[in-house]
Amino acid sequence: MNALAARRRHPAAIAILIILGLFLTGAVYAALAPKPADATTRALPAQSVEEGKALFRANCSTCHGLNAEGRATGTGDQIAGPPLAGVGAAAVDFQVGTGRMPLPRPDVQAPANNEIKFTQEEIDSMGAYIASLAPGPGVPSEEAVDPTKGDAARGGELFRVNCAMCHNFAGAGGALTRGKYAPPIEGVSGRHIYEAMVTGPQSMPVFNDANLTPESKRDIIAFLYTIDEAESPGGMTLGSLGPVSEGLFAWVFGLGLLVASAVWIGAKSA
Amino acid sequence: MNEQDTPTHGSEVGPTGHGTAVRLDQGHIIGDGGIPERFSNPGLPVHVPRAADLDEDAARRAEKQVTTLFGISILGTLLFIVLYFLIDVEETIYVPGIGVTSASNLALGVTLALALLGIGFGAIHWAKTLMPDHEMVEERHPLRATDESRDRVVHEMREGGNSSQLTRRPFLKYTLGGALGLFAVPLVLQVAGSLGPMPQKSLSLTFWHGGPSGPGQEPEFRPLRLMRDPENTPVRADEVTVGSVYHILPEGLLDLEEGVLEEKAKAAVLLVRLQEDEIQSEKQLDWGYQGIVAYSKICTHVGCPVGLYEQVTHHLLCPCHQSTFDVTRDCEVIFGPAKRSLPQLKITVDDEGYLVSEQPFAEAVGPSYWERGQ
Repeated sequence: MNALAARRRHPAAIAILIILGLFLTGAVYAALAPKPADATTRALPAQSVEEGKALFRANCSTCHGLNAEGRATGTGDQIAGPPLAGVGAAAVDFQVGTGRMPLPRPDVQAPANNEIKFTQEEIDSMGAYIASLAPGPGVPSEEAVDPTKGDAARGGELFRVNCAMCHNFAGAGGALTRGKYAPPIEGVSGRHIYEAMVTGPQSMPVFNDANLTPESKRDIIAFLYTIDEAESPGGMTLGSLGPVSEGLFAWVFGLGLLVASAVWIGAKSA
Repeated sequence: MNEQDTPTHGSEVGPTGHGTAVRLDQGHIIGDGGIPERFSNPGLPVHVPRAADLDEDAARRAEKQVTTLFGISILGTLLFIVLYFLIDVEETIYVPGIGVTSASNLALGVTLALALLGIGFGAIHWAKTLMPDHEMVEERHPLRATDESRDRVVHEMREGGNSSQLTRRPFLKYTLGGALGLFAVPLVLQVAGSLGPMPQKSLSLTFWHGGPSGPGQEPEFRPLRLMRDPENTPVRADEVTVGSVYHILPEGLLDLEEGVLEEKAKAAVLLVRLQEDEIQSEKQLDWGYQGIVAYSKICTHVGCPVGLYEQVTHHLLCPCHQSTFDVTRDCEVIFGPAKRSLPQLKITVDDEGYLVSEQPFAEAVGPSYWERGQ
């Protein structure tokens, strides 16, 4: 204890104390913070349109209406959920299969969520129900999203013209207006990429088959798989965000090192 | 020398001052708590000897540290040479915290850092611990040279001028001056010439005016089909569903032999379809086709491609400086540094149902320039 007391005036003491304090606060908060209640109903596996309808009514109708006709919140022209007739099974598979739906709370945008609330069978039966309301894009076949059959070079060209302005040249995502954002598309499955293009979820525009043919979509998927697998010879990618994160790194660590060296050089030696 | 302690440590620097002026090196004043009549020069702080000055062991320790640092540098350099030949450039390695990275880059970078930092840190540590650290004062001396040397320089210059016969034959002087002065012209001419031709009308024209619109070219208007970028295929009106966005170039642009990028930078167009009742501008509705509208993709702020279209809010965002345009209100600026709306391209359909331009852009696209609107 004496050794510790003797060092209490050490220049690093205050920094160490602050870090310890922050760490302790965080640890206590993590242990004591209230957990969100999990109230999603686990339905039995269902295959048919009827069972999809039952699942929909139990899990989605609060916002989308009992017959998927959409609901308004009553405040201005705000909606609780849009009407779903015509969005197709592809939209259901994308929104529920990436964990975006059911939405935990109203927000500017539905975030992707690793915790998927339904089994693939349940998702398929809800998709079948939504598709039975009005024709819409269906879930693509395995072959349509097979990256080995696509041309990654052509996909890269299409990606840079049609997608890169929002999703970043390396698929790392980027900011949109008023708190919305284009999510990163690293590690997203080919099926979900395809479905996002045909259905245009949230802020994303629709890329129908006349705009990007199914082959072009497969090329884009092949390109995204290629850059996912590509190694980074330069070391840390810093999120592939370009000049912002790289500049921040250079300012903080590069200049920080120079300032520290200058202080050391100028200090009197003991 | 009022109120001043007799110099003790500072006296190592030099002799005590002469006269009444206080010298910089005359040591430290010990105050008595009161405020003096006037402040006098406090001089240098007391010289504190370092551990290595007083203790031979400390000095040896410092020596060891410096030699270790130089040793690290030597080791780094040798390792650099060995690893340069040993590691294949294609080889990759997994490093925790960094991920998979090129083994050669990492090895050469780390060894080079050791080599350079070893020298640098060693030299500074040496200077700080072992090299003399006595404070020194160097008095300023007058800048003016003595009269004798000034006279000598003037004399030599005159002598040189006379002996080279510059004064006797002034024509030598004039031609030499002319030759040297004129030589500046080719240097300036190259720089000015390499700036390229004047832009002339090319800033206000685009490929939509009927063809290539570089400096000196004056295309004649003809309707051009709207082609997908990069596929270079025409777009039918029924293919543009609500919520779609198409990236468009004029027909023929991608077939150009040269100047493709210059033309693309002015002619790029974004094509979207809105519900007709969402469009709030009469002119916008007129210039579109059943809710399909085409706008220049070149930001009116500094010319970045405005491509971030949000299909729900119909906001069009520029990624460079966050200028935001509202597509339902004729692309007027609703946020950011841009000052003008994006120019709209008037479109219609041809006999085969493909979208074509009906007239070129009514104003210059992209950022402002001096002659704009004249």
